[in-house]
Amino acid sequence: MVKGKIFDIKRFAVHDGPGIRTTIFFKGCPMMCQWCHNPEGIDEGVDLFYYPGKCMACGSCIDVCQFEAISEKDKNGPHIQINREICTKCGDCSEICPTGSLKMAGQLVEVDHVLDIIKRSELFYETSGGGVTFSGGEPFQQYDFLRALIEGCKEEGIHIAVDTSGHVRPEKFEKLISDIDLFLYDLKIIDEKEHQKYTGVTNKYAIKNLKSLFEKGRGKDVWIRFPAIPYITMTESNITKMIDILSSLKGIKRINILPFHDVEEKYKKLGRQYLLSSTVTRAPTKKEIDEMTQRFREEGFEVHVGG
Amino acid sequence: MTDMKIKKDKDDLNSDIQKEMMKRQSSIKPLNNRIEKLRDESVGKTVKISTERAELITEFYKKNDVEEYLLSVQRALGFKYLMENVSLPVEEGQLIVGLRGTSVKEVPTYPEVCCHNKKDLQILNSREKNPYEIDERDRDHYDKTVKSYWEGKTIREKIFDSVSEDWLNAYDAGIFTEFMEQRAPGHTAGGSRIFNRGLKGIINDIDKKIQRCDLTGDKKTELEAMKITAEAMITYAERYADKLEQMSENEKDEIRKKELKKMSQTCRKVPANPPETFWEALQHYWFVHVGIVTESNPWDSFNPGRLDQHLYPFYVKDVEAGKLDREGAKELLETFWVKFNNQPAPPKVGVTAQESNTYNDFSKINIGGLKKDGSSGVNEISYLLLEVLNEMRTLQPNTAVLTGKKITNRFLDKALEVVSPGFGEPPFFNHDAIIKILLRQGKSMEDARTGGVSGCVETGSFGKECYILTGYFNLPKVLEVTLNNGIDPRTGKKIGLETGPPLEFESFQDMYEAFIQQLEYFIDIKMDGNDIIEEIYHENLPVPFLSLWIDDCVKKGKDYNSGGARYNTQYIQMVGLGTVTDSLASIKYNVFEKVKYEIDEVMKALSNNFEQSEIMRQVFSNKTPKYGNDDDFSDDIAVSVFDDCIDIVESYPSTPIRKASRRVYGLPTTVHVYFGSMCGSTPDGRLSGKPLSEGISPVQGMDRNGIGAVFCSICKLDHVKSGGTLLNQKLAPDLVQDKSTRNKLRDLMRSYFYMDAHHVQYNVVSANLLRHAQENPEKFRNLMVRVAGYSDYFVNLPKGLQEEIIERTEHKDL
Repeated sequence: MVKGKIFDIKRFAVHDGPGIRTTIFFKGCPMMCQWCHNPEGIDEGVDLFYYPGKCMACGSCIDVCQFEAISEKDKNGPHIQINREICTKCGDCSEICPTGSLKMAGQLVEVDHVLDIIKRSELFYETSGGGVTFSGGEPFQQYDFLRALIEGCKEEGIHIAVDTSGHVRPEKFEKLISDIDLFLYDLKIIDEKEHQKYTGVTNKYAIKNLKSLFEKGRGKDVWIRFPAIPYITMTESNITKMIDILSSLKGIKRINILPFHDVEEKYKKLGRQYLLSSTVTRAPTKKEIDEMTQRFREEGFEVHVGG
Repeated sequence: MTDMKIKKDKDDLNSDIQKEMMKRQSSIKPLNNRIEKLRDESVGKTVKISTERAELITEFYKKNDVEEYLLSVQRALGFKYLMENVSLPVEEGQLIVGLRGTSVKEVPTYPEVCCHNKKDLQILNSREKNPYEIDERDRDHYDKTVKSYWEGKTIREKIFDSVSEDWLNAYDAGIFTEFMEQRAPGHTAGGSRIFNRGLKGIINDIDKKIQRCDLTGDKKTELEAMKITAEAMITYAERYADKLEQMSENEKDEIRKKELKKMSQTCRKVPANPPETFWEALQHYWFVHVGIVTESNPWDSFNPGRLDQHLYPFYVKDVEAGKLDREGAKELLETFWVKFNNQPAPPKVGVTAQESNTYNDFSKINIGGLKKDGSSGVNEISYLLLEVLNEMRTLQPNTAVLTGKKITNRFLDKALEVVSPGFGEPPFFNHDAIIKILLRQGKSMEDARTGGVSGCVETGSFGKECYILTGYFNLPKVLEVTLNNGIDPRTGKKIGLETGPPLEFESFQDMYEAFIQQLEYFIDIKMDGNDIIEEIYHENLPVPFLSLWIDDCVKKGKDYNSGGARYNTQYIQMVGLGTVTDSLASIKYNVFEKVKYEIDEVMKALSNNFEQSEIMRQVFSNKTPKYGNDDDFSDDIAVSVFDDCIDIVESYPSTPIRKASRRVYGLPTTVHVYFGSMCGSTPDGRLSGKPLSEGISPVQGMDRNGIGAVFCSICKLDHVKSGGTLLNQKLAPDLVQDKSTRNKLRDLMRSYFYMDAHHVQYNVVSANLLRHAQENPEKFRNLMVRVAGYSDYFVNLPKGLQEEIIERTEHKDL
């Protein structure tokens, strides 16, 4: 039985494609976008969250940790400090934590287990025109797991959407195209160097794979997801290039503009460094979003702000 | 955090609250000046006790040698005396007349059922929440004239004198409440009979029946009593007609003069004759309504039932004849709306006040649903009623949107739009499942399809059924008594069965069986009491006027309270399903399966209200499966408890007098707060005295996986076996403002109803706003929220209930 790593399953999701959906969040991503709002999806291994607001300062975690990675910090909260260098992410602390303030993200699951959960909502998909969305992380990163899930859903006739960065080897990408009903395709920065700077990888594959969705008479359903980040993705040159590429692909159904918001708090809970401080960028203004929306619309695209 | 940042957060908070309040306020827009004035008067006036009815009825009994008449005739003559003598208020600018009480929001009392003493009246006058004004002079007078006569004769005293000691013990311990100790049976809604029969015709039926069958004895007496009340109501309408004629003559304003004249003519016509126009239909219904709620103080006052179905033919006829347009119909409906709000619930005291602590008298208007032939009943009046609800936003009447497979998205979307500003109205019901419920209970297909919901969520066959709620039943308390081997730990008194100390339970199954034994024991006590109370009403409080309107009382020559209705049902309302489920699941999971704790450790923690056991309490709250998350571990327990309750209750033979079948509802009104106050801490991590879960909803804040997961859990229960269930969901205001998300909510709800669920209602309100209102009540007098099967002004709710509503999960996503 194929297994895979996920960090969450969101049932009844309404922002990840049409209708009511179940979204499976795959763990592990080849990119490391600085604005990523699911940072627990980046690493393949498990992650440990600490939510100080829930912590009752009982000290159970300090006692249970075999490696003495947790120590008392501040009576007035955050109550504990985790030495992430020592921490092995064994999960003992989250197991014993009575309030759920320590929580592991990432579990190894069998395909059938995930399929069972997906199938539980079939009536909801039928009523609303929904289905399943594989998201992450990068679903293609766990290729066999994704393929097995797609096959399982296909058998049930469930509508399949994949939220992908497109950073996949094209020959692998090709093989699954025909079984996927909708692509939620993240397109960030067109300039390769800039892309490399903010995501850590080239965008060669992403652009090639996107194009391939419209080759060979395929004409797949594609919703472009564009993170709107001032000074990074919302530059004049990036938007112009973006429009050029998208216009050349006949059949892009719609563009979803995802306005950037600060997620530093989440990074703190995860013990991860956050690079996009307020000196680097900020949330876009309503005016900026409206103007950009208007530009895309003028090019003939259907534009939605948000998921 | 810097001061600047704190200030900015506070400003943001205030602006969010302002936005939310603006959204609410902007929804209220009465049609015109007339309606605005009527609405302002109705909303603005304080609630007072009107002693007129009590004084008149007492006078009648004192003046006459009532013993010479048989009981029903006595009561009918009493009704006649009231109808001949009560004052005839006409609100300025109103188009519909008739009012229970001497003026807007003045409420009569019913000393035959429950006679308030001086202290009761004092408390009512001065209590902080939902007071009823009555000054000292009136209190003294009431005491001398009314109380002195009724003391020892009231239904309330008869009930408490007749029930067993076990019953009283269980009642005092908060195992159950008793609906009928202060208010009369009713719990019913009108059917088509009200809109197509006049009283003269009914009197004719009665005369013919007496003659044709050469009736003697009880049947004849009952019918004669009904006839007296019919004539009395005609007199009441005639008195109004005279008064309005007089007013018209004196009126200077030409337009109003004409209106008053027309109103007078209407009162000469209905309810003596069947209505022929839209306006007459509303006036006709209202006279019947006032008659029923003057004769006694029935629960849920009285319900107009499927109003859009009944009014539509009149509307079409008037519009075709050029007598009425859409706006004219709306104006009439809005004046009609105000009438309900002008009649707050009669004052309640003691436990009854705690179980139903509100001015809302639960009169419910059904909108949509199926017609008698099974096709969609949505019509122009359905849309008009939604608009009226949206524009009026008064405490009363309540509404119900009946959905179903044949009901269009267009209609549901309109209803969801009306939900989105807040206020909690309208709630949504599944008419397809309601029909299944009624068919399961043995109603004919036609009688099922013409049924709906009244009160909060109560299913009934409208115009044909007497379905009586007998009291709330505290499931978590039964578990508490079980875990204490028959003893109520709050008082140390033995009130239940000795099912063995918890240490002796070798498995979860052992414990569950002990719980069920205990449940059977208390249900048995409640059932016994119900039989006694049914007999008390049969022997003391016939309601011949109500009987005129419910099939087949006239045909059978039998009173409503004696089994005259075509269908008779009796309900117990189960409360705290979420709390009891999570408590049982917690013991199963933490004690028997994961063996995290020994049962005696848990018992010790419970007896100390988790003091020194906070870690355990957190584990119970956060690391234990909870009902409402589509987790079979806990949901299966909910299903067992639900099914067992129904099996036990339905195993009883029909009731002795009315021959009513026994059924279960799942609704709480405000009793979950009272029941919670009677319950120590529970194994789900709930602290002593805190509210229980309400309806069949998950425990407050424990549904952590969204509305969809709640729906999936709830639908594991077989709703069709109950008479109605109540599910509350609180939504963040932002969630429903956008149409595309609202459409998804509609689809989610459709799936929920496809799975045979009964009901769901949405409280669109943020916790921030509620907290803010709690701290500044004077600024938020008009903030209305959904409580249980009704809405109420938030600042009028007792603190415990306010907290409970704040603690409900606020879904920010679907």
